[in-house]
Amino acid sequence: MLTKADFSSDQETRWCPGCGDYAVLASVQSFMPELGIPPDRIVFVTGIGCAGRFVYYMDTYGMHGIHGRAPALATGVATSRPDLSVWVVSGDGDALSIGGNHLIHTLRRNVPVKILLFNNQIYGLTKGQYSPTSEQGKVTKSTPFGSQDHPFNPVSLALGAEASFVARTVDTDKAHVAETLRAAAAHEGAALVEIYQNCNVFNDGAFDAVRAKGQRELNQIRLEHGRPIRFGIEGERGVARGADGRLRIVEVAEVGEDALVVHDAERTDPSLAFELAHLAERPTGPTPIGVFRSLKRPVYGEALARELEEARANVGPQQLHELLHSGETWTVA
Amino acid sequence: MEGKTLEKLDRVVVRFAGDSGDGMQLTGSRFTDATAVVGNDLATLPDFPAEIRAPAGTPHGVSAFQIHFASRDILTPGDHPNVLVAMNPAALITNVGTLEKGGTVIVNEDGFSDHNLRKAGYESNPLEDGSLDDYQLFRVPMTSMTVRATDGIDEITPRDAARSKNLFALGLVSWMYGRPTEPTVDWIGKKFADTPAIGAANLAAFRAGYNFGETAELLAVHYEVDAAPAPPGTYRNVNGTQALAYGLVAAAIQSGLGLFYASYPITPASELLHSLSRHHGLGVRTIQAEDEIAAVNMALGAAFAGHLGVTATSGPGMDLKAETIGLAVAYELPLVVVDVQRAGPSTGMPTKTEAADLLMALYGRHGESPLPVIAACTPSDCFDSAIEAARIAVTHRTPVILLTDTFLANSSEPWKLPDVGSLPKIDPDFATDPTGFMPYARDSNLARPWAVPGTPGLRHRIGGLEKEDGTGNISYASANHEHMTHLRAERVARVSVPDIEVDDPDGASLLVLGWGSSYGAIQGAARRLRREQGLRLATAHIRHLNPLPANTGDVLRSFERVLVPEMNMGQLVKLLRAEFLVDCESFTKVDGLPIFTRDMMEQIEARC
Repeated sequence: MLTKADFSSDQETRWCPGCGDYAVLASVQSFMPELGIPPDRIVFVTGIGCAGRFVYYMDTYGMHGIHGRAPALATGVATSRPDLSVWVVSGDGDALSIGGNHLIHTLRRNVPVKILLFNNQIYGLTKGQYSPTSEQGKVTKSTPFGSQDHPFNPVSLALGAEASFVARTVDTDKAHVAETLRAAAAHEGAALVEIYQNCNVFNDGAFDAVRAKGQRELNQIRLEHGRPIRFGIEGERGVARGADGRLRIVEVAEVGEDALVVHDAERTDPSLAFELAHLAERPTGPTPIGVFRSLKRPVYGEALARELEEARANVGPQQLHELLHSGETWTVA
Repeated sequence: MEGKTLEKLDRVVVRFAGDSGDGMQLTGSRFTDATAVVGNDLATLPDFPAEIRAPAGTPHGVSAFQIHFASRDILTPGDHPNVLVAMNPAALITNVGTLEKGGTVIVNEDGFSDHNLRKAGYESNPLEDGSLDDYQLFRVPMTSMTVRATDGIDEITPRDAARSKNLFALGLVSWMYGRPTEPTVDWIGKKFADTPAIGAANLAAFRAGYNFGETAELLAVHYEVDAAPAPPGTYRNVNGTQALAYGLVAAAIQSGLGLFYASYPITPASELLHSLSRHHGLGVRTIQAEDEIAAVNMALGAAFAGHLGVTATSGPGMDLKAETIGLAVAYELPLVVVDVQRAGPSTGMPTKTEAADLLMALYGRHGESPLPVIAACTPSDCFDSAIEAARIAVTHRTPVILLTDTFLANSSEPWKLPDVGSLPKIDPDFATDPTGFMPYARDSNLARPWAVPGTPGLRHRIGGLEKEDGTGNISYASANHEHMTHLRAERVARVSVPDIEVDDPDGASLLVLGWGSSYGAIQGAARRLRREQGLRLATAHIRHLNPLPANTGDVLRSFERVLVPEMNMGQLVKLLRAEFLVDCESFTKVDGLPIFTRDMMEQIEARC
């Protein structure tokens, strides 16, 4: 019987005290035994940034790569070894800025890797520059007059990249993190999990609306497949479609439960998931979390991996001889 | 063939030139296959523009294919063609300058319209204004004869028919040099099995060209070139790309590792992806990555997972991969990176050759990040070099850069097929024992264990951060970094490399020392100068650029003069001078073409 301890390495964790990464690490280590996969068969791959250190704290196989390239390293591992469970841990700078290309291509290919994107809306390890998810106007060390960049919405980006699984959760919500990881692990193919992660040193409170006690109860819109979308302390609010066809937040008492939109994460077309991703442009008020999209589609390289394995079992000097002698040859006596 | 004279030649260089849409590469490669069957030794040089279809009829859209074949051992595609086949005025104007004086020019007369002459930049028609008087000119209306020959084939329009004129040219030159028709006829049958009408048109064009040579009074002489004496064995024709692909497959089989090849399309390395992607049946996994950086990371990820990870690219891609290659140095994992060098800087001349990435391969990463570098010297040597690169990578747990170039990749030569049983075995020696396992423990080569995921009890983490020797834990300790820096250098120094072999039959005072694809020109020049002028000179070739062979310094110091020819501005010579304090002389050539035998002969004559 595996326990959290089986997944905890002997390395001292060195994030800033109070960092949201501690909570996610604990949740991941606690969740891993559920997979029923021995730690010898699990590989974590990370890039550069605070999240990159995650790999050293997991007692699994691990690769700490260079900035932004973890999805590509993980693609090499996952496609060559379908027997392994491969996880990527990345941050908003790593995954969405320097590594944006690898992220979108890994998602569209549907490589069997689970990507945990720690989004703290700031560069932490380089000490506080704005990131591709920072809000416009953000004042940081590199933007003393406010950032002029329009930010990415990671869920929307992943959906646009044809991701087959896209979810969002919050670092300190242990139960919701576990639930989301469970769904991601069960998904065959690439999974992108955005984790709102508080950087208490350079961007404290960025997610208070969905994270802080007293606010989260009001603002977390927990998406559940097949259920009407409701939220609030008593489920008194919900999401309905307005006369203009657009999603809006409503009082259930005013519109009635039947008017609420029923979440469907398995729809082939991503339009509902997109609408939900844009229901809140910033996590400053009611914001959906949970699984936006979970769609079955062919897993990259799966069929080929079996074919190659069979081929390799039967390849030897004879096949090499035949290869070299294929095509036109002639003999000199 | 009554009335025709048959002359015997010992070597011929033919150059086919036309518009890039005219099928000159195909014509050349068919002629090459027929030549191989005759048993001539041969070497080829495709020479084409980067544009797929540059504006038709213009000089920058000209594509050419040169073949040198002989009744003796030859090493280069030849400097100056004896025969030029020009399909249009642009092909003539861009190629006639390379033709030997008095050489033969065969033109497709139908291509010389006023319009085409203007596009090529001719003010008057060179077929009529006497400007080709120094050459033997044959005017053959290839397009119209091809259209007539294909008349009556169903579904073939005159326009389709005209596209087969390259096969007419092939047929004509095949007759001139007594090439057998069967290989081409068989090839047409196979190639166009699904489009029989087009196959019939090509066959008719080929036969018409051959028969024209036989019957037309225009051509009074044809030639034969005897088979070249060659050691007994089975041969095939290969270019460097094919040989490299086979070498990588062989290395995978000899090591029992799965071959994992990831790359991003780039001229001229894409051909390797095309070649390897056909071999799923041999367990070869290929991925066309989203970019160069992804490709090398995928290969490195696969290496961690226990595969033979390989990526290939050309200069611009090497720039992009540099950071990941440095990561592989820190990881101490096997990785083969092939750089098919091309003319730079930047995009440079994508289809032209150069060998100017040597210093980049050796030093082009930040920090002290040494790795082994080897270079192939002939098209068929790409096979052995691929196996050698994999051997070093796997046994020493290190990234290895294998340098080839555009010329080697595209050029072809007969290859005596190796006995598979004689190929070296490569032992991946995976770690399996958890007792006292440490990820950065050392064997006698200072290589660390290759412990692949899935192995019980060997869980470990690797990364680009400096690590403590032995444990592999992150370490910023100054003494450890000093130790690890020296250790990484020593790891490369301990790669076993054969000594330089010097060919010095007469006790010369001059050594010509080459690397890479200059091999053919150096050897060819040396043989001719020894044979024809009795000159005394020594030659040697370096395959291992890092570490250099142990006897390099002794070899350099044992000659009065050392000449180092290179297709760059003098990179190896700089290294040799710095390492060994020997005043080596440099000959450089950076015109996008290989070093020619003539170039080498001039350089050597000036020093003998």
